[in-house]
Amino acid sequence: MSVIGNLFGHSPVRPMQRHMEAAVNCAREVLPLIDAMESGDRTEIAACRKRIDDLEHEADDIKNEIRSHLPQRLFMAMERRDLLEILNRQDSIADVAQDVAEIVDLRGMKIPATLVQPLRALAVHSVKTCEKAEQAIQQLDELVETGFGKREVGRVEEMLSALALLESETDDLADTCLRALFAIEDELGVATYFWYELIGWVGKMSDHAEAVGNRIRLLIAD
Amino acid sequence: MIIPGLGHATVAGSDRLESWLTQVPLEIWLAGFLALYMAWGIGANDVANAMGTSVGSGALTLRGAIIVAATLEFSGAFLAGGHVTDTVRKGMLDMDKVALSPDLLVYGMLAALAAAATLLLIASFRGLPISTTHSIVGAIIGFGTVAFGVDAVAWGKVIQIVLSWITSPLLGGVLAFLIFRLIRRLILNHSEPTAQARIYGPWFFFLVFFIIGLVTLFKGLKNLHLDFDLQTSFLLSVGLGVVGLALGTLFVRRVATVASAVDEDGSSSRGVERVFVVLQILTACAVAFAHGSNDVANSIGPLAAVVNSEQGADLVRKSAVAPWMLALGGVGIVFGLATWGYRVMETVGRKITELTPSRGFAAELAAAMTIVLASRLGIPVSTTHILVGGVLGVGLARGIGALDLRVVGQVLVSWVATVPLAAVLSIGFFYLIKAILSS
Repeated sequence: MSVIGNLFGHSPVRPMQRHMEAAVNCAREVLPLIDAMESGDRTEIAACRKRIDDLEHEADDIKNEIRSHLPQRLFMAMERRDLLEILNRQDSIADVAQDVAEIVDLRGMKIPATLVQPLRALAVHSVKTCEKAEQAIQQLDELVETGFGKREVGRVEEMLSALALLESETDDLADTCLRALFAIEDELGVATYFWYELIGWVGKMSDHAEAVGNRIRLLIAD
Repeated sequence: MIIPGLGHATVAGSDRLESWLTQVPLEIWLAGFLALYMAWGIGANDVANAMGTSVGSGALTLRGAIIVAATLEFSGAFLAGGHVTDTVRKGMLDMDKVALSPDLLVYGMLAALAAAATLLLIASFRGLPISTTHSIVGAIIGFGTVAFGVDAVAWGKVIQIVLSWITSPLLGGVLAFLIFRLIRRLILNHSEPTAQARIYGPWFFFLVFFIIGLVTLFKGLKNLHLDFDLQTSFLLSVGLGVVGLALGTLFVRRVATVASAVDEDGSSSRGVERVFVVLQILTACAVAFAHGSNDVANSIGPLAAVVNSEQGADLVRKSAVAPWMLALGGVGIVFGLATWGYRVMETVGRKITELTPSRGFAAELAAAMTIVLASRLGIPVSTTHILVGGVLGVGLARGIGALDLRVVGQVLVSWVATVPLAAVLSIGFFYLIKAILSS
């Protein structure tokens, strides 16, 4: 009998935020992973990978939950397509972090001394970019609550500009890191390839974060 | 029941009472019983839809909602329920033709009540969204065509009513959209939303008091033998609006201090929502009043028709609906609310936590204005559908996280299916009742 009661669907905003939290937590775990590599602590590396795997599974569960609660008939304050795209990109952050942990653990990667500093700088900045994107995602509920009001939209736009800046800085750091890698490629031999991939993935985390930001831009465009 | 004559009967002793009781024809007892049941059903089911939004957004506790609903549903029914009741009683049939055989009108209205009551029972048990308004309108069309012929149905009025079922949710939606945009612009978008809410909030009180006042007062209180012209109504409504403004200032000032403290915690919208909690109490009252004024007719309209023709009243002439009937309807609605409606209200409230007070406020204010207008024009509309329109309007203004559009389909199906179903049922009951009572 209750028409009104059936009128309200589950808003995906809160689950989207929880998903982003889990994904960015995956990215954050890359930092202790680098520390563990530096000290050559295999058990700590395995522990890091375990934590990333768990977080990635958590993110996957939330992702599936969101997807199964987003039927076509839902009329939302945000475009369904944009939300799903954001979700995909958030998920990619977790996936890429997982790839990094996997190769470090499986291959028993030992980090060359000249790579430690540039890689750590890259990772720190990449995580920072992800955190900026997370910050913007955390504003989604506030955006809906203010009915996408100008002031709130302006605040999010500022975050997105900062996010774009962080991402381009991350790109520069990735260049530095790769240069350091290629300087020692003869000593590394075949490992060069795996380091090349690994550095790429660490940089990719920030690319996905920026893609999240770009989609948010579409969401708030009036 | 405040039935004229009953008072004298009790004073004069039980003999008089007994003779009075036997004097009242069976038809009136039947109609009274069915009308009470209908009113009970409206109180049990429909009030929850109207008030559940306030419970859901936390503007009212369940207890508060029951008190508000009981008081204002009754007031709405008693003070402003006359126009729609008149339409249901005599507006949809050509009274010149009906007057030739008033007995058939009695059987027909009984049949209409029985049909609507049956649908109400089915709806309650199967959980179907069937509007009592649509049932009763369909039922009257049904028996009207077989009792007095297709020509006897005032199709112009019927079409007007059916069109209003499309236009009223649309109007509710557009109003809600505009009100929410206004709220966003004046309050939510501002750097100090709570302070803005404190300034503009009371004016919403003015608006609501003024509109309800104007619509109710202008030629609206004939039942109480009060007939104001436009100028007097306007002035009285402005007076009412000022009372609202004063009340609003008082209310909002008390909350705003608490809300400002919340604002300082960082989140800008939490504090302002607290102000809207108070504002929404007002719109909840307005919706309850509007609902009472429109839906009481679904139960009392047919009863009034039966009583009038049994008492041999001139059907063609404009004889007003007796206040005791509206009161009876009001009591029935309150009774339904108290015995069952609060449970439905709680369920509805729990389901719609997505609706924040500012959204509930916009949707309810729009709905209340639309319904009161319809009541004044004597058009029976569905409160629930208008409220759905209002909520969708807020949704279109990007105010609500997620809305399930299946409900729109349900609403459409409900009224496309309810009218013919009620008509067929009413025709069946008409022949049955005629066969029993005319022998």
